Amino acid sequence: MTDASLHALDRAEIGPADEAGLGDYWQLLKPRLMSLSVFTALVGLIVAPGDLHPFLGATSILWIALGAGASGALNMWFDADIDRVMRRTRNRPIPAGRVAPSDALALGLFLSALSVVMLGLTANWVAAGWLAFTIFFYAVIYSMWLKRTTSWNTVIGGLAGAFPPMIGWAAATGGTPLEAWLLVGLIFMWTPPHFWALALFVKMDYHEARIPMLTVTHGRDATRRQAFLYALGLAAVSLATAVSSLGGPLTLAVALVLNGVFLYHAFAVWRRDDAASEADRHAAERAMFKWSLVYLFAHFSVFVAEAALGSYGGW
Amino acid sequence: MHRDHEIHNRRKGRNFGLLAVLVVFILLIFGVTVVKIRSGGLSEAFDHVLRPSAMGVEDGE
Repeated sequence: MTDASLHALDRAEIGPADEAGLGDYWQLLKPRLMSLSVFTALVGLIVAPGDLHPFLGATSILWIALGAGASGALNMWFDADIDRVMRRTRNRPIPAGRVAPSDALALGLFLSALSVVMLGLTANWVAAGWLAFTIFFYAVIYSMWLKRTTSWNTVIGGLAGAFPPMIGWAAATGGTPLEAWLLVGLIFMWTPPHFWALALFVKMDYHEARIPMLTVTHGRDATRRQAFLYALGLAAVSLATAVSSLGGPLTLAVALVLNGVFLYHAFAVWRRDDAASEADRHAAERAMFKWSLVYLFAHFSVFVAEAALGSYGGW
Repeated sequence: MHRDHEIHNRRKGRNFGLLAVLVVFILLIFGVTVVKIRSGGLSEAFDHVLRPSAMGVEDGE
């Protein structure tokens, strides 16, 4: 397009993509989810018994983050219709009209291919294969299929978010042994109680968007019970990691405290009803949600600490 | 005197941002290449040269 024709354009003729700033494209990548992927992938890469060069390790983490961002863009492209309905998501770049859906799709596909190829070239093709599978799982299996059809979407969607530490491990070693899968299991079991605690105190309009969330399809009491049951399962996986080669006395001690407090909060949430919850402005649910954030950060940090202890740590 | 259209000003930030991303990408590729070569990866050319690993024991003697 020449300058002359550009000058002749009226604002109304300029498409939504022309209004988008770099920040809008950044928002498409879901930076908060990306930061979780970066942290857990980094831990997987550090605790794995590999000898990847630090620069290649750091670059691999960047490609994993980019892959997570790509799946976020594909998710936003597909979910634009329901994002438009819900208050929480109405101002996202696509429903707000700042980014054209086709641009989001192109960005998501391009970054998916780029991140997988670059991770393969930087680290190895096992890690790249798992990254490709994770993007496919989040964008297609979760976003396009299960999110709108089953109330267990939180559980299944959590699996996509659970893969990054295993990809980090694979980047460092070229393999995915039991320990890497234990890290996956930890995030997989952590996601549902973390999200359900949030769903119990934040009014989300999933009903208007026709998303079958557990709080809507099975009721809030069932959600409280499921959150507690998953917290029990989480404790079991956590203790398994602590007694595996990932852990040691320090990890076991930290895991016991983290799970003890989390189960205490989950039990308190399970044993009360909505009336009691409304009365104290959801204090127990908020406490459980906040502790879940501490839980994940502390648990993954202690794996790094245990590895850093070298011969002083571990079993 | 030529005045930039409003759209040029709005796009300037986006274009400079994209330039920064591309420069970082090039530096990363360069860095990965340097590290890989220094650590011995891809040190054999693929074609038109003798490749020690492709030669038999007798050939190498």
